[in-house]
Amino acid sequence: MIVAEPKPIKELLEMVKDFNRILVVGCKGCVTVCNVGGAKEVAILASSIRISRKKMGQEIEVGEHTLERQCDPEYVDELKDMICDYDAVISIACGVGPQFLSERYPSSKIFPGVNTQFMGGAEEHGIWSERCAGCGTCVVHYFGGLCPIARCSKSLLNGPCGGSANGKCEISKDVECIWDLIVRKMMEQDRLDELIEFKPPKSWITARDGGPRRMIREELVK
Amino acid sequence: MNNFKPQIVAFCCSNCASSAANVAEGMKKALPDNVKIIQIPCTGRVEILHLLKPFEEGADGVYVAGCQEDSCQYVSGIAKAIKRVTHVKKILEELSIEPDRLNVFNLSAGKGQEFVEVAYEMVNKVKELGPFLQA
Ligand code: SF4
Ligand code: SF4
Repeated sequence: MIVAEPKPIKELLEMVKDFNRILVVGCKGCVTVCNVGGAKEVAILASSIRISRKKMGQEIEVGEHTLERQCDPEYVDELKDMICDYDAVISIACGVGPQFLSERYPSSKIFPGVNTQFMGGAEEHGIWSERCAGCGTCVVHYFGGLCPIARCSKSLLNGPCGGSANGKCEISKDVECIWDLIVRKMMEQDRLDELIEFKPPKSWITARDGGPRRMIREELVK
Repeated sequence: MNNFKPQIVAFCCSNCASSAANVAEGMKKALPDNVKIIQIPCTGRVEILHLLKPFEEGADGVYVAGCQEDSCQYVSGIAKAIKRVTHVKKILEELSIEPDRLNVFNLSAGKGQEFVEVAYEMVNKVKELGPFLQA
């Protein structure tokens, strides 16, 4: 899933301070699963904004709506009859959401309500970690199913570096060295010899470095 | 300010806090009438939004009264409530609202006296802070 965290409420209040009709829009996709942008969080943010304005003695109307997904035009369309009633919209989907809303509703002022962090998963309830950097050419099969692009601080393909110590990465005692795990896993599977083979530098053309990406699958296009 | 009668909402778990309330009643120890009790099956059910809504509706203070941490019937209800209260205190701070307007208390089932004391403690605290919404 795409993992995000809430923007500080203070920052959001500052962003929308000049508006009195605000629509908070959530998404039932990844951000619901990581408890940052679903219907519950929409209600919490909306309530917080109302409380703050009440406290300041200001009139405010805060609408709440949660879309199936904010990254699909057919769901974004659902806002068409209500969005014009508001002078600001806070999207608490990942960074895709506010952009899809901005593109579909060019005259609306759209604000991002979360900080999108990474593609990852839940280690346990309340703890998430990064797993994939979207490099566009997956190579995890060379590394025991673990990704050194996203999970090694230096994205080394021929690791570990000299900074690996006791399973931890040299950047912090809180960061595991993925290369330590890769080597252990390959030893367990009796495949260490595969790691001896030199991995040439990866082509980053398929990654973000090749510019903004777009994908067309002819078999699906109408 | 002395005439100020704060409106307070209390979420009380039905196992210990509410049974303490019954004991208090039996002891003829009256709760302040400006504390509105909402009985819940377990404080673990209290969500962030429940703690915010009373403020939205103009309450001056909110508290949660549940069991001792080692005696929650549902194992971790009160521990969860404590975490949520702590989180909402942070939200209140961000909204420039005194976090002391919200609190959580651990009570024991039979202690009616304690139940009433906690209610007065909260009333007095919020009285000190003044009305949530300035007239
Ligand atoms: S190799 Fe690339 S696509 Fe595969 S998990 Fe790592 S970053 Fe993601
Ligand atoms: S210590 Fe491990 S994870 Fe950190 S940079 Fe070196 S090889 Fe990568």
